[in-house]
Order: sequence, then structure tokens, then C-alpha cells
Amino acid sequence: MERNLIDSQIKGVSTGTTILAVTFNGGVIIGSDSRASIGGYYVSSKTINKLIQVHDRIFCCIAGSLADAQAVTKAAKFQISFHSIQMESPPLVKAAASVLKELCYNNKEELQAGFITAGWDRKKGPQVYTVALGGMLLSQPFTIGGSGSTYIYGYADAKYKPDMSKEECLQFATNALALAMGRDNVSGGVAHLVVITEEGVEHIVIPGDKLPKFHDE
Amino acid sequence: MALSNVVETPASGFNFENVSRNVALEGLLEGGHTKAPKPMKTGTTIAGVVCKDGVVLGADTRATSGEVVADKMCAKIHYISPNMYCCGAGTAADTEKTTDLLSSNLTIFSMNSGRNPRVVMAVNILQDMLFRYRGQIGASLILGGVDCTGNHLYTVGPYGSIDNVPYLAMGSGDLAALGILEDRFKPNMELEEAKQLVRDAIHSGIMSDLGSGNNIDICVITKQGVDYIRPYQESEYKDKRQRRYKYRPGTTSILTEKIVPLELEVVQETVQRMDTA
Repeated sequence: MERNLIDSQIKGVSTGTTILAVTFNGGVIIGSDSRASIGGYYVSSKTINKLIQVHDRIFCCIAGSLADAQAVTKAAKFQISFHSIQMESPPLVKAAASVLKELCYNNKEELQAGFITAGWDRKKGPQVYTVALGGMLLSQPFTIGGSGSTYIYGYADAKYKPDMSKEECLQFATNALALAMGRDNVSGGVAHLVVITEEGVEHIVIPGDKLPKFHDE
Repeated sequence: MALSNVVETPASGFNFENVSRNVALEGLLEGGHTKAPKPMKTGTTIAGVVCKDGVVLGADTRATSGEVVADKMCAKIHYISPNMYCCGAGTAADTEKTTDLLSSNLTIFSMNSGRNPRVVMAVNILQDMLFRYRGQIGASLILGGVDCTGNHLYTVGPYGSIDNVPYLAMGSGDLAALGILEDRFKPNMELEEAKQLVRDAIHSGIMSDLGSGNNIDICVITKQGVDYIRPYQESEYKDKRQRRYKYRPGTTSILTEKIVPLELEVVQETVQRMDTA
């Protein structure tokens, strides 16, 4: 949950971003915006995909340098796949988060990318893990990240309730993303949401004009 | 209310104030950890568009070296495989070698596996390589191709970031070209419309960017094959330059001729037999 203070120093394409993941009763919702920027003044992509599926029921959202994040998630996807084949069972969300953590911690000098891993597994159900820039791994019921997250700490702390229903949780996540995208210049585009439950994975895309509008908009 | 001059009328003659300011700044920055900003590499407009029947790639043909046009007919659309081509912006040597390497690797792969390479595989190889070099290879690439899974267009940044997009422009003239593309791009366009759109986008880059210019190359990739049109459109500002400077014997008239034979004396003679067994 570290604020990306070094956003402007990321070389190349960066995902100055808003990402979040929230558990609810029976699943987890992971969401992000879709803007990729260079130097805080040029939007290099309005439709970048920041929700990367690393296994059947495990997703991971990326913040920081796009190149670093894509490289790490590629390596992580391979390692998690291999681990799952060796164990002959789907990987635990904690295992996936640990793989990312190892990669981030062991290469902390060279990498500038943070992740939120969320998913569902048979042992512990829906879970959310944060892997911060330096390689810290933390498990939380919900978490927000990226440069846009600073603007919604208040909203998230006030409005989160444990054991929400899927609809309530969707509303919470959508509102949070809309508020952050409204205030942060390097977050924007469309809102991507993925709902992960035991049954499966559902991808919801909310275009910018369909996002909830608040006072002054 | 008295009008005051916000900008001072400049004194006549040359003004070197900024030079001394720059020298002073360099001196200040040298001691610290920051360096003076380097001049940006300029020099290209490349664009790509996915249309109904395939992918259309376009590029200008100017290669610059500082302020000089080093090559007026540079080929920026590189061959990767029979179904994939790649436009490169950035350092010319880097784009050339990276695409060559990719092309060779994919040829070996298709010989070994018996399968045609997919665009997504080429993109992954490029991403791995550029990421490993951490941005030191200055190659911004637009990779377009048609394979069994459809028509694809990918952007690969110098640090190793990739994105799958329906239309794209890169290089120093990218903002100008992107304006045209954003305005007129529609999904599932006809081939002729797509070619015209790419041509207009590159033309806009050539007109608005100093680093881009000369002719426009277009490459059309479809399931049936590749049409590499070079040049698709020639620049109106061509000069008639004589390329060959050899003169016919007799162009200069011979006035006198003096032949001096060299007196050679055989001093030593050795014979070495050659083994041809």
C-alpha cells in the first residue's frame, strides 16, 4: 500500500495508476483504471490492461513501470504454473503472492513495480495480498494502491464493511475507482473490474462516461 | 494606465547570454548527481493500423544524424517473417539489429517446430530481449502481422513494455500522426481506406516534424501475402542528382603521351611445388 512516490522518475512507460482489491462474502473483486503514461504529461495508452491473470482463480494488478511489471508477471505466471503442475493442484493465492514477492525482493535495486494479488483458493477462500515496491508481502481484507490511491484512503476506510454482498462490493469498488480517477491525473480511461469466486471469473468493463458521477462533475 | 513592456526589445546583433548561462548551469550540475538534459533523438514517423483483411504498416524514409539527413531512402519497415513486418523508431542500428536477430530466431524456430511463428511469440521474444538490456537498446518497434489467430498490431517500447492495439504511431512525429489516426480510425476498415489513412498519418508526421521526411513506405500484410510498396508516395521535393560520377575515357583530351619502360633484372628465382593431392 505504498504510495508510488517515484512515479515521475520511472523511465519509459509507467502505470501511474489506481488499483484495488476487496474481499466480499464468497469472493474477491480486483479493479484498476486503464491509463499508461510517460513522465506524467503524455498518455501513451488509454486502454492498457493492468489486471493480469496468473492462474485460473488468481489475478494480479500492476503499478509502477510497465516494462518491469510485465516482465515480473510473465516470470511469475510461469513459476506459478510450474508449481501447480508439480503439486498437482491449483496454487494457493499466498503462493502466487509469494512468487511475486521473491521476484520483487531479490531484484529490488533494478525493479520499480508494485502488485496487488487477489484470488480464491480452496484452503482459505477469497484473499488479497499486497506486494510493495521493495518486496513486502502483506495480507489484508482489502487494499488500494498506485498513485491514485492516496485520494481514496478516506473513502475506502469509511465505506468498507467486512462480509459485503457481491453487488455492494461492486458498488464500493466502482465508486472508489471513479473518485480516484477523478482526482489523479495519471489515472483514467475505463474501469476494469474482475470478480473472482469459486464458480469462476467475471470481467466487467465500465467506460469512462458510465462511471458514477459525484459532486462538482 | 501606463503600458509597460513585458518583453524587452532585443539589442541588435548576436546575443550569447544563453551560452554563458548554459556553461554556468553545466558547472553547477556537474558537482551534483543530475546531468544536463541530453538532446532528444529525433527522426521518424511510423504508424500501423489493423483493418478487416489484415494489417497496414507505414513509415517515412528519413534517417537523421544530428541535424543532417543521413539517408533519404532509409528502409524502416523490416522483414521478420513471411507473415510479419516490423517498423522501427529510435536508434537506427538498434532497430536494424534487433529485428534481424528476431527474424533469424523465428526462422530457426519454424524450421524446428514445423509451425509458422505467431505474432504474439515475436512480441514476447522482443520484450524479453529489450527488458534484459534495461532500455540501453533504443528501439521503439511497431510489430504487425497476420497469423492463424487473426490480425495483430503490437507496440514494443525500449524498456520492454508491450501493448496490443488496433492503431498506433511512434517516433518523433507520433503526435501528429496520432491526431490523424484518432480522428479517422474505425474498426474493420476496408484495405484501401486503411492504406489511405496510414499514408495520411505519415504525411502529417512528415509535415509537422523536422525529423521525418522524404518518401512514404507502406507495407500491407494479409492472409494472402505481403505487399511491400516502397515508395508508396515520393516526396515532391526530389532533386535531380547524378549518382554516377564516372567519366567516359576521352572526356579529358590527351595532349602528350610519354612511355618509360621499367628495366627489370631477375635477381632470384625460386620454384615451390604445390601439393594437389
